Amino acid sequence: MTRPNRITPLLLIGFLVAIGIGILLPQFYPDFVTYQLTLAMAWGIAMLGLNVLTGYNGQFSVGHSAFFAIGAYSAAIFIEHFGWSPYAAIAGAALCSFIFGFLFGLPALRLEGLYLALATFGLAVATPQLLKFGAFEHWTGGVQGIFVPKPAPLVEGLTPDQSLYYVALGITIVLMVITWCILHSRSGRAMMAIRDNPIAARTMGINMPLVKTTTFGISAMYAGIGGCLYTYASEFVSPDAFNFFIGVYILVGSVIGGIVSIPGAIVGGLFIVFMPHVAEGVSNTYPWVPPPWAVFGVFLILVIYFVPFGVWGAVERGLAWTKRRMAG
Amino acid sequence: MRISTFLASAAAAVLMMGAANAQTVGVTDTSIKIGNTSPYSGPASSYGVIGKTHQAFWEAINAAGGLKMGDGKTRKIEFVSLDDGYSPPKTVEQVRKLVEQEEVAFTFNTLGTPTNSAIHKYMNAKKVPHLFLATGASKWGHPDQYPWTMGFQPTYDVEGAIYAQYALQQVKDPKIAILFQNDDYGKDYRDGFLKSLGDKADKLIVKMLPYEVTDPTVDAQVLEMAASGANVFFNVTIPKFAAQAIKKACEIGWQPLHLLNNVSSSVGATLKPAGLECSKSQGLITAQWLMDPTDPQWKDAAGFKEWSAWMDKNFPGNEKVDVNYVFGYNASTLLKHVLENCKDFSRPGIMGCVANIKDFELPMALPGIKVNTSPTDFYPVQQEQLSKFDGTKWVLFGQLYDASTK
Repeated sequence: MTRPNRITPLLLIGFLVAIGIGILLPQFYPDFVTYQLTLAMAWGIAMLGLNVLTGYNGQFSVGHSAFFAIGAYSAAIFIEHFGWSPYAAIAGAALCSFIFGFLFGLPALRLEGLYLALATFGLAVATPQLLKFGAFEHWTGGVQGIFVPKPAPLVEGLTPDQSLYYVALGITIVLMVITWCILHSRSGRAMMAIRDNPIAARTMGINMPLVKTTTFGISAMYAGIGGCLYTYASEFVSPDAFNFFIGVYILVGSVIGGIVSIPGAIVGGLFIVFMPHVAEGVSNTYPWVPPPWAVFGVFLILVIYFVPFGVWGAVERGLAWTKRRMAG
Repeated sequence: MRISTFLASAAAAVLMMGAANAQTVGVTDTSIKIGNTSPYSGPASSYGVIGKTHQAFWEAINAAGGLKMGDGKTRKIEFVSLDDGYSPPKTVEQVRKLVEQEEVAFTFNTLGTPTNSAIHKYMNAKKVPHLFLATGASKWGHPDQYPWTMGFQPTYDVEGAIYAQYALQQVKDPKIAILFQNDDYGKDYRDGFLKSLGDKADKLIVKMLPYEVTDPTVDAQVLEMAASGANVFFNVTIPKFAAQAIKKACEIGWQPLHLLNNVSSSVGATLKPAGLECSKSQGLITAQWLMDPTDPQWKDAAGFKEWSAWMDKNFPGNEKVDVNYVFGYNASTLLKHVLENCKDFSRPGIMGCVANIKDFELPMALPGIKVNTSPTDFYPVQQEQLSKFDGTKWVLFGQLYDASTK
């Protein structure tokens, strides 16, 4: 559980099948579901960033909503004020959020565990207010936000929703592969060494500040790309959309999916998008069921109680168990 | 022969497609599906009461067998109200769900300015009626650009215009100071006020100061305005700052004609913190359009009795002090009136019906207020009446102001 997934034939086949399903899905579902799946991937990418930071490097953050917002806003500003294409704006947003995350990671170096969580909480609380702040209003549009038109379809015959879905799918796959490569490299082992035993890691000559701040930057970059895709799907950014709750959702999704995993992030994204609708549906259908957020909360408690290692953690354990049985 | 058969079948196909289009999404002979988003959770959840009022309203009508509509058919109303938590992207998601998955005929009274801004273009691109929005911004009444969106309540700029007219009438040589919140809400009020002053605005305004919602106080602005020698003070602030401004003006003995925006007219939230004595001595003036359910002068009014009986039946035990129940009841009653008189339930037909309301009186609006719309007038309620604070409550006076007739 503490190490990244090794490539086994089973995993590779699973990954390819998942990609195949991902490509086919919009052909079978209406635009609305395609759009929801795009949202799920946007969340998933942000959760992947948090998995790298928290799951593999041991740094806590409840403030990823801030990086999510920076990605969203920088993309919107590049498009609205500089006339960039939406695809160039994704790269711009990624760079902005990486720089911001890296810089935030510098002072955060001195903070451990709970204290780091509190500092990121502060960031999450301050961000929506700063976006409304008068001095930036010309750029951010103040309380009213910015309208971001959905990118025109890349390929003729696709709807804008389908096109955006495939863009998001491509980015998700690329980022998952990149993450896997990072985690299996020297730098990835350094990240995990710092998580498992900082003193030993330092003794071995790992440049702790550099690894930790870079990890923070990468994590923020993922969150920023997620925020950017989220904005394209919603066609609108406004400060109130990036409140502290978004940071909590990202954390919740990460934990539900399995915070020490790569594919778990996608599970988390699907959970955050679809669970509220399920809860709302259940609550509205049966009068004896409490309001939606109570259903959501109870479900969350049950998951944490019974599968604390998340959905993907459970899948891995299941696979390992089956393997042992078959070997035995 | 073969060609004519082909042509005939092609023509038949075209006709059938036409017929299929005439069948509006969400409308059958026995039901109509209506969508709504409200903040049932999150920072603005106190407004969720409005959505709850709508739900109770349509449930009561369904329980009585449905509503007989203008085309002679009696339909049940399927009112689907979803929680958006006052978060614009969530509103986009929920409204897309309503339009694309639930397939509602139209949306009604979706709540909030940022939230409705997020779906404004979408609704008009999809050509789905986006009706009677629960927000006071002025941008919901532009049928030339957004023919599918219509507001509901008097807009902030309309209210601003009313104050300007009153100031011109009351003060011989007006020197006007304006304090406004630096966002869409504050600018709407300010622009309506300035527009109503017309060409004279430049000469009459002696001070115009913004404040940021993040500022700690507006004391400095009040001092600056008082020093400018202004004798009219247009106070466009939310309750916290309104209370500060009233208190400060009172402390330094500045006695202008004090026009307080309706947003901060709550006695409990603004005037008590400012001090009731101060509020009285300032002679505060505000504009209103809803009947205040706690005001004893309405207890025998027909509209109040109707609402009160409905509340007792649908929300037993409720204290009937929350004005959101009044707001929701008025909006639902207006929609009921439209449905009862509408003959064409295609989407353009529905827009035609809502753009053709004549002199409809809402049960819980001040006496004499009439709802009027036309294909070029997408502002349903445009009348308000001024009232003056007497130390304990607001007292209405004068005639109704109508912003639609300048």
